[in-house]
Amino acid sequence: MNILVCLKQTFDTEERIVIENGKIKEDGVKFVINPYDEYAVEEAIRLRDDLGGQVTVITVGPERAEEALRTALAMGADEAILADDPALFGDEYTAAKVLAAIVKQREFDLIIAGNQAVDDGSGQVAVRLAEELGIPHVSTLTKLEVNGNQVVAHRDAEGDEEIVEASLPLLVTAQQGLNEPRYPSLIGIRKANKKPLTKVTLADLGLSLEDIEARTEITETFLPAPKTAGQILSGDLADQVKELVSALKTKDKVVG
Amino acid sequence: MSTKEQELTKGAAFLIEDIAPEKVFTPEDFSKEHQMIAETTRQFVEGEVVPNAERLEHQDWELTVQLLHKAGELGLLAADIPEEYDGLGVDKVSSALITEYMTRGGSFALSHGAHVGIGTLPIVYFGNEEQRKKYLPKLATGEWIAAYALTEPGSGSDALGAKTVAKLSEDGKYWILNGTKQFITNSAFADVFVVYAKIDGEKFSAFIVERTFPGVSTGVEEKKMGIKASSTRQLILEDAKVPVENLLGEPGKGHVIAFNILNIGRYKLAVGCVGGMKGALEVAVKYAKERKQFKQPIANFPLIQQKIANMNIKAFVTESMVYRSTGDIDKQLDSLGDHIDGRTAAKAIEEYALECSVGKVYASEALDYVVDETVQIFGGAGFIQDYPAERMYRDARINRIFEGTNEINRLIIPATLLRKAMKGELALLQAAQGLQQELLGALPMVDESELLGAEKHMLAMAKKIFLFVGGSAVQKYMQKLEEEQEILANLADIVIEIYAMESAIARTLKAMEAGKDAENKVDMVKVYVPEAFVRIEGYAREILAAMEEGDALRTQLAVLRKLTRFQPVNSKELKRRIAARVIEAEKYQA
Repeated sequence: MNILVCLKQTFDTEERIVIENGKIKEDGVKFVINPYDEYAVEEAIRLRDDLGGQVTVITVGPERAEEALRTALAMGADEAILADDPALFGDEYTAAKVLAAIVKQREFDLIIAGNQAVDDGSGQVAVRLAEELGIPHVSTLTKLEVNGNQVVAHRDAEGDEEIVEASLPLLVTAQQGLNEPRYPSLIGIRKANKKPLTKVTLADLGLSLEDIEARTEITETFLPAPKTAGQILSGDLADQVKELVSALKTKDKVVG
Repeated sequence: MSTKEQELTKGAAFLIEDIAPEKVFTPEDFSKEHQMIAETTRQFVEGEVVPNAERLEHQDWELTVQLLHKAGELGLLAADIPEEYDGLGVDKVSSALITEYMTRGGSFALSHGAHVGIGTLPIVYFGNEEQRKKYLPKLATGEWIAAYALTEPGSGSDALGAKTVAKLSEDGKYWILNGTKQFITNSAFADVFVVYAKIDGEKFSAFIVERTFPGVSTGVEEKKMGIKASSTRQLILEDAKVPVENLLGEPGKGHVIAFNILNIGRYKLAVGCVGGMKGALEVAVKYAKERKQFKQPIANFPLIQQKIANMNIKAFVTESMVYRSTGDIDKQLDSLGDHIDGRTAAKAIEEYALECSVGKVYASEALDYVVDETVQIFGGAGFIQDYPAERMYRDARINRIFEGTNEINRLIIPATLLRKAMKGELALLQAAQGLQQELLGALPMVDESELLGAEKHMLAMAKKIFLFVGGSAVQKYMQKLEEEQEILANLADIVIEIYAMESAIARTLKAMEAGKDAENKVDMVKVYVPEAFVRIEGYAREILAAMEEGDALRTQLAVLRKLTRFQPVNSKELKRRIAARVIEAEKYQA
């Protein structure tokens, strides 16, 4: 079984975000595989170990993203593809187009991705990719069973569990709880250096800039306003209610 | 020989040569693979060890063994074991990184360290083919846990004074061991002990003793001041029957094994201290930012910032020293080719015996300083067991005692130098003679145009001071210098500070030359080097005053003054800057 895993390198969740000149500062920041994508990698390796086949990890991102791919290879993936040509960078629309172009050049039975990236949290790229490829998708999985061509997927539906049947080829996205990702072992780390990692460019994928031009634009990047102290209302209950309603209308303008 | 060999820096050569920064291995040179190995160790410790810290601290040995197995599955026990015995045979920098990151999980690191280091390495380096085949694959996975039994109730630093005796059985099939070994790490659960005993009460030798051999038992668990998550007991040998084939190395050559393993134990200990310092600094800084007094976080106060800067500098200097030594050891081992036998490898490591002692003393004292200031930053809470500072403080103390007390290691440093000089491995005497001439003329001035010119100048002068006072001491006492332990310790301290200064300067210059952001490193070097230089002057003055008096002393002091001129820097301002970076990042900043 050929399994493709789409992953993204993101800030370590413990890193603090610093904005400098309107951009998020990356100096000295520790990067990791997006935690949801880590579940995807783990699931792919387990399936491969059970059913045989090959796991290929794919990312669109700058050169540093190679580290994330190497980590996935050290966990046990077989091969990696890095789209680090800056011409391939854009928004979710762009990423899905680029990934689709990469995927179309390959054989696959199953694509696994994280449900969302912890940095921008759009949750769009994987499902857009399924759309681009014209295959079905099931999102936010907490359990995945593959029997021949048939797939039974348990998904987290806003707190409820839905059990969905589907058939391959299929794209699924991983939710927390799908599995417990392994740490790359030392032997895995040593082997990772010898596994194939291919870099692809705009030209390699036969794409033009117009095909993948971003459909969105970031106009401003800012941190959430610091939390201010709360206010405790006192006095007669009726007065408190009045005061609260007026504050909601005027101070925070949460009700019109 | 190969070009590789020409690039090697000889052990202790830094005292008489200028070492080019590009020859010094630094943490900025860690490969991607090194970083991934460190990261796996970090994840293992954070995911498996830290959540169990309380149970480990209460000596749940079953859990300790389980965690060692898990570490084994990840390869964290196999770094130093060659591939042909199911190990990984990675370089010493990788193995050092595992040691450093393991310390973040408290004293579980000791259980790990004793197993992979002093427990396993004697078999790696001195075991014969059968012994390696039998034991190493099991030790690599953690199926068996190893321990090391050298110390006895009556012999600590005087290791060769051991009373444990080995006698050949009448049928010639067994060594019968009798005696008691003391303070044996991992003894509660170890399956294999490397035990030293004297054959017929004379020939000091090493043996591989399995727990299940008849006559082998352990005593009660010692109640220790710190490192409570590690097991420490006596190993009791009562007519213990050890198969003859379990003699490790040659009869009567146990000291070769013991001293070589100590070298390794020492640099590994130093690396562990680096991890300990970084861990302590992190909790101290976080606490200083949370704890409010006078309506503001105490991290805002310059005296707290000064502590934070000093702690960060200590960690930086130690890290620079120990990875430099580890890198030198790796280069030495590399130069010997792929398939070298254990003894050759141990010999290669012995080349840096002095550096191992230097690192051990410096790192253990730096760690003690850092944990002491961590308690101080925590204030009253630092004295309470609910906060991490208290445990760190207790856990750190043992490092100045084991793997050779710092006193023994201080004595080893000048002794090693003299031995190297006598054997013609180090042109120490020639350098000292050359200096006599130089001192008559004008000394070189600071080259302001150079990067870190003032600091490099102080380093060069420090080397001259060492040759000057060391040379005078050798001349005065000749063979009797051995009895002047105070002077020897002062000389050792000068050597240690020279290595510390040079490692920090070289690392900083290397980073600058590679175009990396080295602002913080430069600030730290500018603070550290003059501070160390003043200490060196103090040691030198003490030595001179102990040797001479009257006019002779005044003349010597005049020479010393010539060597110790320097312009102080505004370290107050520099430390505030360093602290600001550490406080911002909430962790150690190189």
